[in-house]
Amino acid sequence: MSALLEVKNLNVDIPLAAGILHPVQDLTFSVDKGQTLCIVGESGCGKSLTSLALMDLLPKKAVRTGTSILFDGEDLLKKSDRQMADLRGNRVGMIFQEPMTSLNPSFTIGNQMEEMMLRHRRVSRNEARERATYLLQKVGIVGAERRLKQYPHQLSGGLRQRVMIAMTLMCGPDLIIADEPTTALDVTIQAQILLLLAELQREFGMALILITHDLGIVARVADRLAVMYAGQIVEQGNVEDVFGEPLHPYTRGLLSCIPVPGKTERGAHLGSIPGIVPSMIGDIEGCHFRDRCPHAWMDCAKGGVDLRALDQLRAYRCLMSPSDSVARATELEMAE
Amino acid sequence: MAPSDKAIATDGAGVATARMPSIETVMQPNAATMLARRILGHRSFMVAAIIMAGLILTAIFAPLLAPHDPLDQVLIRRLIPPIWAEKGQWEHLLGTDMMGRDYLSRMIYGARVSLLIGFCAMMISGVLGTVMGVCAGYFGGRVDMVITFLLTTRLTLPVVMVSLALVAVVGGSLQTVIIILGCLLWDRFTVVMRSATMQVRSLDYVRAASAIGCSTRRIIFSEILPNILGSLLVIATFEIAHAVLLEAALSFLGLGVQPPTPSWGLMVSEGKDYMLFEPYLVMLPGLAIFTLVLAINLLGDGARDIFAPENRN
Amino acid sequence: MTGALLETFDVTRSFAVGAGIFSQKQMLKAVNGVSLRVNKGDVLGLVGESGCGKSTLALMLLGLLPASSGSILFDGKPVSHLPRLELARRIQPIFQDPYSSLNPRKSIGDIISLPLRVHGASTAAERQRKVDEIMELVGLPQRYITNYPSQLSGGQRQRVAIARALIMRPEIVICDEPTSALDVSVQSQILNLLMDLRQELGLTYILISHNLAIVEHIATRVSVMYLGRIVEEKETEALFRRAEHPYTQALLASVLTPEPGLGIPDAQLGVEFPNPMDPPAGCTFHPRCPHAAVVCSRKAPRPVPRGTAGFTECHIYDEAESVSFKSAAA
Repeated sequence: MSALLEVKNLNVDIPLAAGILHPVQDLTFSVDKGQTLCIVGESGCGKSLTSLALMDLLPKKAVRTGTSILFDGEDLLKKSDRQMADLRGNRVGMIFQEPMTSLNPSFTIGNQMEEMMLRHRRVSRNEARERATYLLQKVGIVGAERRLKQYPHQLSGGLRQRVMIAMTLMCGPDLIIADEPTTALDVTIQAQILLLLAELQREFGMALILITHDLGIVARVADRLAVMYAGQIVEQGNVEDVFGEPLHPYTRGLLSCIPVPGKTERGAHLGSIPGIVPSMIGDIEGCHFRDRCPHAWMDCAKGGVDLRALDQLRAYRCLMSPSDSVARATELEMAE
Repeated sequence: MAPSDKAIATDGAGVATARMPSIETVMQPNAATMLARRILGHRSFMVAAIIMAGLILTAIFAPLLAPHDPLDQVLIRRLIPPIWAEKGQWEHLLGTDMMGRDYLSRMIYGARVSLLIGFCAMMISGVLGTVMGVCAGYFGGRVDMVITFLLTTRLTLPVVMVSLALVAVVGGSLQTVIIILGCLLWDRFTVVMRSATMQVRSLDYVRAASAIGCSTRRIIFSEILPNILGSLLVIATFEIAHAVLLEAALSFLGLGVQPPTPSWGLMVSEGKDYMLFEPYLVMLPGLAIFTLVLAINLLGDGARDIFAPENRN
Repeated sequence: MTGALLETFDVTRSFAVGAGIFSQKQMLKAVNGVSLRVNKGDVLGLVGESGCGKSTLALMLLGLLPASSGSILFDGKPVSHLPRLELARRIQPIFQDPYSSLNPRKSIGDIISLPLRVHGASTAAERQRKVDEIMELVGLPQRYITNYPSQLSGGQRQRVAIARALIMRPEIVICDEPTSALDVSVQSQILNLLMDLRQELGLTYILISHNLAIVEHIATRVSVMYLGRIVEEKETEALFRRAEHPYTQALLASVLTPEPGLGIPDAQLGVEFPNPMDPPAGCTFHPRCPHAAVVCSRKAPRPVPRGTAGFTECHIYDEAESVSFKSAAA
C-alpha cells in the first residue's frame, strides 16, 4: 500500500513574550489509503496543533517548518494559500470537536452542504442538493429533505456531528482529519458516531486521522497510532503491537491509568504518572519525559533522544532497548 | 504504608518538585507581580495614568498652584492674550478673560469642578447601578423583572433633555448637577453588573460556597463582587468621562454650574462671543475637556485589557 | 454499620422553561419520581447521559435546590427542615471542573478554610492546624497555601476542591464527574485519592459519572438514570455481570475499553434523542429500545424487584406484561 499522507520532520514554533514555544517537534508519520491513524495524547501535547499544521490553519503567529508534508505525492509545504484552500473541504475533510463552531448558524444545513460542493466542483445546485440528501441518509438521518431546510441550532449534538460528517463527505475526500469528534457527545452517541465514521471510511475508501485523548477510542478505531507527549511522538506502531507491548514508559503509564473492566481489580489502586508536563517554551535538553519517568537515569538528560525505528511501522523515543524496557516494566510491577 | 502517605507519594507536584526544577517555569509568578507587570507594560494606560495623576494633583492643590484668585476681576487687564501671543504678559501665562480674571487660575480651578462632578456623579450612579445590577443578576425572577423594567424606563429618557428640564426647575448648582447626573447615569452599571453577576453566579465556586453554607451576603460580597470588580472599574472610568462631558454641556447651556464658579464648560460658553477675536478663550478649556476625557477613556480601555480582558469588544 | 444515611422518596423537580410575559410556560421534568437509598459506607454510582437529571438530583440532595414534590431524608430527617449549616457540615459536593469550582481571587488557604470560617467554630490557630492537616491528607504541599488557583494544575486544583469539601469531615460527599475534566494520568491520581480518603475517613460517596469504567471500578451500587428516572439499580457486580434494562445494556455496550481488536460496538439505539420537554408516552425509552412492544408506548413500567435489593424498571421483567415479550425474553 502506498502512503496517502507522509509527514517528515514537521515543527511548529510560536513566538511568545517568554520565549519560543515548540508545541510540535520533529513529527514524522504516514497514513496509507483507507487506513486510520490515531494521534493520542493529553491536553497540551500538541496533537490539535498538528492537525491544524497539516492543513495550514495555524494561528498567524505560528511558524511551520519541516522537510515535507507529502499528500498524494504533492508537498503541502510548497503550496500557495489558494491551492491549500482548494484542497481543504475538497480532498481533505475536517471534523472538529464542537460542530456548532464549524457550522454557520445563519444558514440552513442544506445551503451549507451545497455550498461546500459548489465551491469545489462544477455541479448544478440541484445535483448538489441530491448529493446532500443522499449523504444525510447515509449518515443515518431520517427525513433528510426536512433536515436540509433546518438551521444548526435546531439539531441535537449528535445530529450536528452527523451533519458535519455528511458535509465533509460532499466532495468525496481522500482523507478526513477528525479532532476529538466525539468528546462533546454522550457515550452511546459516541459509539454510534465512531461506528458511522468507520463504516463510511470503508465504503468510500478514505483515510482517517483521528485525534483523541481517549485510549478506548484508539483501541477500537485505529489501525495505527502515534502517542504524543510534550510536542513529540514518543511511540508509534500498529495498535495491537503498541497496546500489547508498549515500549515507551509514557505509553505504559497511560495504559495503567485507566481501569479495564474485567482486568483491573475493582477498587485497586490505578497506575499513575506523577509530575506534570514540562514547559515547551525554549529547548528541552534530553528526553521530555525524564522528569516523570520511573526509569530515568543520567543519560536521559543529555542531548536529544531520537525516534528509534524497530521496523517500518514501529518506533519509539527512548534510550532503553525494547527488551530492557519490557524487563524494567515487569520489575516495577513486581515491586508494587 | 498508610493511605495518607500513599496519597502524598502518588501526588504529582509533591514528588515532582523534589527533583524537577523546571516545574517553576510552568508555574506563573505571584498574582500581584503579574498584575504589576501587565499594568506597567500597557503603554496607553500608563500615559493616561500619568495625565490623570497630573490633573488630580492639580485639582487637589489648586490653591497652591493657581497664581491668582480665579474670581478676582481686574477690568483694566481684560483680554490679555497668552504669553506665546505677541502681547502676552508673564504675569498671566494663559492670559485673562473678558472680566480680567487670570485664565490659568480659572483653568486650574476648573479641573476641580470637572473632576469633582465626574467622580461624585460616578459614585452615586455606580452604587445605584451596581446594587441594582447585582441584585437582578443574583436573585433573578421577579427582582430581575422589576429592575429590568426600571432599566428600560431609564433608557427611554434622553439624559440631556431630562437634566436640562430638571436643572431649569430646581436651579443649577454644583450639588444639583452631581445629584441629577448620578441619578441618570446608572444604566450602564446595571446592564454590565447584571450580566457579569449572572455569569459568575452560575460558576461552580458560587455553588460550592452555598453548599458550604455561606449566607447570601457572604456569597455576594466575597465570591461574586471580587470577581466582577474588573468590569466595574472599567465602566466606572467611562462613566466619569460621560459625566464630565455632560457637565460641560450643561454648563455651556447655562444650566450647569453657575458663574462665577470656574468650570471648563462654562468657560467655553463665556468665551464663545469672543471666539473669532480671541480663540484661546474657547480653545484652552476645550482642550482641557478633551484631554481629561481622553485620558479617562484610555484609562478605562487599559483597565479593561488589564482586569477584564474577556470583556473586550 | 447499615442504615440509610440518605433516602429519597419519589422526588420530582420541574423547571418552567421559556416563561415570559408573552410566552406560554412549559414544564421540564428534570427529575421525575426518583427513590434512592444510600447506606453508610456505600459508593453509589449515578450513571446517565447528559440531560438525564443526575446533576439536578445532586443539587437537591445537597439542599441547594428544593424538590418540587417528594421527600429527601438525611439520617431520617427531611433535608428541607435541617438547618442549613448542619446539612452543609454533613454533606458536601465535589464538582467536575476544577477551573470553575475555585474562586480565582482567593488564595488556596482561604478557599480551604472558608468552611471553617463560615461555621465559625474555631480559633485562627485551630483553623490553621486543620488546613495543614487536610492539605497533607489530600496530598497538597504546604507551600501552596498562599498561591492562587491560576498557579495550580488541574489535578492540584481538584485536590484543593476535595480538601475544601472534606475539611468539615462530612459524612457524604457528592462527586459530580470528579475526573472528567482532567487528563487521563491525573484522573487516576484523583480516583486513587478518593478511594484512599473513603477508607481513611469512612466516607460515603455518591459518584455521578458517565464513565462506566470508573463507576465499575469504585462504586458499590449503581443507579442508571434515563430522562429523569432511575431505570435500573443494582449492586455493581450484579449490574455489570448482567444488565437487564435495555438502556443499561446499550450503555454498557457503548463503553470503549482499551482493548484493540474488539471493534466498535453497535448499541442499536435509534438516532433521535427524545425531547425532554415532551417525553415519549409510556416507557420514555421505548422509541430507542430494540425490544419495544406495543405496551411500552402505552403504559409506564413500574420498578420490578430483581435479585437482592435491586430493581429494573422495564415491562420485560414484569410478570404481568410478560405475554408481550415472549420473543425478547427468550
